[in-house]
Amino acid sequence: MMNSFTFGQYIPGESYVHSLDPRTKLYLVVAAMVAVLGVNTLWGVVITALFIAIFILAARVPARVFWSGTRPLLIVVVITALFQIFFVPGEVIYRWWLVTVTDAGLKMGALMTYRLLMVILLAQLLTFTTSPLQLTDGLERVLRPFSKVGIPAHELAMIMTIALRFIPVFFEEGHKITRAQVSRGADFRGGWLKSAQNLVSIIVPLFVRAFHRADELALAMEARCYTGGEGRTRLHVMVMSPADYCVMAVTTGVVLFVILSGL
Amino acid sequence: MIKVQGVGFSYPGLESPVLQDINLEIRPGEFLALLGRNGSGKSTLTKLLNGLLIPSTGEVVVDGLNTRDDKNLSRIRQRVGLLFSNPDNQLVAGIVEEDVAFGPENLGLSANEIRDRVSWALSVVGMLDYRKHPPHLLSGGQKQRVAIAGILALKPRYMVLDEPTSMLDPQGRDEVLRTLIDLNREQGTTIVLVTHFVEEATTADRVMVLDQGKLVMTGSPLEVLTRTGDLHTWGLQAPEIVLLCQELRTLGHNLPPVLEGEQVVKMIRTLMGG
Repeated sequence: MMNSFTFGQYIPGESYVHSLDPRTKLYLVVAAMVAVLGVNTLWGVVITALFIAIFILAARVPARVFWSGTRPLLIVVVITALFQIFFVPGEVIYRWWLVTVTDAGLKMGALMTYRLLMVILLAQLLTFTTSPLQLTDGLERVLRPFSKVGIPAHELAMIMTIALRFIPVFFEEGHKITRAQVSRGADFRGGWLKSAQNLVSIIVPLFVRAFHRADELALAMEARCYTGGEGRTRLHVMVMSPADYCVMAVTTGVVLFVILSGL
Repeated sequence: MIKVQGVGFSYPGLESPVLQDINLEIRPGEFLALLGRNGSGKSTLTKLLNGLLIPSTGEVVVDGLNTRDDKNLSRIRQRVGLLFSNPDNQLVAGIVEEDVAFGPENLGLSANEIRDRVSWALSVVGMLDYRKHPPHLLSGGQKQRVAIAGILALKPRYMVLDEPTSMLDPQGRDEVLRTLIDLNREQGTTIVLVTHFVEEATTADRVMVLDQGKLVMTGSPLEVLTRTGDLHTWGLQAPEIVLLCQELRTLGHNLPPVLEGEQVVKMIRTLMGG
């Protein structure tokens, strides 16, 4: 279940993109998303596509990995595109029964397909090339200035770190509980209603144990002198290299150009 | 020195006290084993030692720092490392070295200092090769050793371990116990090992027994662990070697009480005239 769905996974590598600072990648991805969502013309599409393609190629992550991460989301892309094609008013170029296709609809459909695909690819580019811990550290640093206006940057990062740490633990526990239930005669086959009922018998003990774990983890963290984000230092200090500044500058240039020139 | 003076403790809402009139001293450099059956109050006592719980009556004083004073707490927790029984519930980060770094990071040390401490702590517990591993791929014993390294990285003077082997298989238990003995002998760390496995107390300098919230006995391992009858009333089972010697004695053989397997083997050999 976890193997067939690569979206959001980290693919370890030594590529140029892997070695960028997580903050740079966050900036790159968010800025490129803004640009992609802002483009309206063929030239805009070409420029942003080329820009994004450079980084995707440089990441040296196999295309099939991107594909297997994108495939489950294609249905969303297709439905969105169909909505645009059928429901955007404009000059009708095709009509059959209740269905009408307009030129504006076709254009919007194509554009929306492009935008969604790029957003999906960019999100994958980020997670494929950045380890969850780096990503968390990067997010914490990027959000830190906003902690003055009430965004709990450190707390969010700590929650993410702990969540990432315990995902495999809960998976394992879920399996264990399932096996324990089966060995006592639970039957997990049957229709979806039955499955849903059965799920309760797994989720309830899982939750009970999760709360128990949380209690103990909190004590263990306190015992290890944890008092919150204040005064905390880090093992890995993030350092921006010249390459990072270079990527940031180029990204800023391309995005500003695309948006300001109305492409 | 940790001084526990006339300490009583009851959880809010519960009538009967968990601990009553506990007096003990933990001396720097010693290996102290604290024995007690489930529900004897030993886990509560460990949490009192580093200020996670504050005594209802009496005082806990760590190197002159009273746990009752909030200002002392971070210094006390750095001095008194506390390890829990379930390694899974005390590892915070998804990579071994990041987890060991958690404590030093909380102390606000420089990145270099943190890196040194992480490498040192992982090498002391013999887990340096696993520094980039995610904890969920390690065995129970390995996880517990990583958790010990996480405490060690705080450079505590005292290390209190609350049933550190109870969730482990025999191999994991051996790994962890050996690590603790090495720590005590080579690093000079004071060890307070809380357990209900009586065998684990045989290598200690001193043994204390806790029963129904009271300290019922203190002495050397030989003094405490050979009292099979008393141990039984406290809900503990004497080590098998002690039981064996006792059996032999009831058969009329003259055997002094011993705790080490090899000594017993030697004595039985002489008994058999070989």
